Amino acid sequence: MKAVISVVGKDQVGILAKVSNECAKVNANILEVSQNIMQDMFVMIMMIEIENLSVDFKEFVDYMSNYGEKNQLKIHVMHEDIFNSMHKI
Amino acid sequence: MLNANEILETIKMIDEENLDVRTITMGISLIDCADSDIDRSCEKIYKKVKRLAGNLVSVGCDIEKEYGIPIINKRISVTPIAILLGVSGGDPVKYALTLQKCAEELDVNFIGGYSALVQKGFSAGDRELIESIPRALSMTDRVCASVNVGSTKAGINMDAVKMLGEKIKEAAELTKDNNCIGAAKLVVFCNAPEDNPFMAGAFHGVGEADCVINVGVSGPGVVRSALKKAPKDLPMNELADIIKKTAFKITRMGQLVGSEASKRLNVPFGIVDLSLAPTPAVGDSVAYILEEMGLSNCGVPGTTACLAMLNDAVKKGGVMASSSVGGLSGAFIPVSEDAGMIKAARNQSLTIEKLEAMTAVCSVGLDMIVIPGETSAATISGIIADEMAIGMVNSKTTAVRLIPAIGKQSGEELVFGGLLGSGPIMKVNEGDCSIMINRGGKIPSPMQSLKN
Repeated sequence: MKAVISVVGKDQVGILAKVSNECAKVNANILEVSQNIMQDMFVMIMMIEIENLSVDFKEFVDYMSNYGEKNQLKIHVMHEDIFNSMHKI
Repeated sequence: MLNANEILETIKMIDEENLDVRTITMGISLIDCADSDIDRSCEKIYKKVKRLAGNLVSVGCDIEKEYGIPIINKRISVTPIAILLGVSGGDPVKYALTLQKCAEELDVNFIGGYSALVQKGFSAGDRELIESIPRALSMTDRVCASVNVGSTKAGINMDAVKMLGEKIKEAAELTKDNNCIGAAKLVVFCNAPEDNPFMAGAFHGVGEADCVINVGVSGPGVVRSALKKAPKDLPMNELADIIKKTAFKITRMGQLVGSEASKRLNVPFGIVDLSLAPTPAVGDSVAYILEEMGLSNCGVPGTTACLAMLNDAVKKGGVMASSSVGGLSGAFIPVSEDAGMIKAARNQSLTIEKLEAMTAVCSVGLDMIVIPGETSAATISGIIADEMAIGMVNSKTTAVRLIPAIGKQSGEELVFGGLLGSGPIMKVNEGDCSIMINRGGKIPSPMQSLKN
């Protein structure tokens, strides 16, 4: 099972490091990362493997959302199926 | 690999454009709860509903969290209670109180099915149930009632239409201290769908399986913002294509949520209802979609045509996205629940007569319309009869949910709060139709019914 982490916010030093560090803490393997800076907005999409998470996925969702708020970022963690169903036939 | 734009598009729909799953509704058959003793019947209902829907809310919340898609309501619909009342007799309100208790304990916000199907005539229990509706709705706050008084196949039961005009008034009067909320929980139908997940008209039809999960999607805000990007000179057919694409995406999400809920609850998946259901939140309005197509206000000439196209495009887009489509499936136009409709009603560009025309081309009917409290029961029945006739002749569902604002003057508003919103009192043509309504009897089924 895979999930998508999306991070949007004002660009600052260390966003990628911070988010990947949180992933490592819960044993989420990062499969793909793409990031972009548009004007000074930072946009990152990260695909992670959630099969072997060390915490409950729902907890991780909440944790990352709060973590984002603390760092002035908008972080969503969502199961990949929602995107697959919406955008792929 | 998913592309970043698609991911961001989905997130934007949810975060900024109010995309959500409006409701997961569990339909539960109560046929096996019927008992000749009403108390025993109520006890069986309580046990069955609690057993089957015990995890409904928690599963809904889990899916919401994991997929990141808000699921606004978790609800239950049951077999029309008039059927059980026919077996048990006794005071029908006992059933309403039982359903209320189930809803409270399960934390679902509405439970629908305090209903009777009388399109062709009254059978045991039907009259008693209809008589009890105002009392039942004033003593409960989560129970929803509906009565099907007409169908293309059977015609219109005018005796029931007469009764319902009176009951709508009574329901409003009994709850006049609470914004006449009783009447907002009562729907009169023609061609009522048996698998509708949306309240207040949801009930679990007798042809349905023992227990199913139905899903109602929403998303007027998403459609509106897709149309907003279109240039002002884009032809209408291209607008229709944009709506279709958007409806497809919305419905796919509903399908995913529904099948996931069905898997986790171990209950068969029923249908996805492809409806654009507005909420009072600004930006989540069907009226604003119509205005985005190029109308200065909802209700001006052109409104019916825009709505017809919207309704059709939503279905065309949605139908391919789901394995099973049902319910009402189309655009809703509830006045008090739609910021754009409220605005149009306030500035009087939207009238009841225009709304009636609009109901001929959209999925429901005269919905959540606040009318003057002194409107006579016969006039309400007349409005119901007109609306039922539109449904009957056009082989479509139509419904009436009017709220007489008891003790309020024209120009005032009723404020229900939450998803039910608020509405200004709309002008009603008070011309007398009482002789026609008092005739009772039936309007025979139209030629359209003879399809065999």
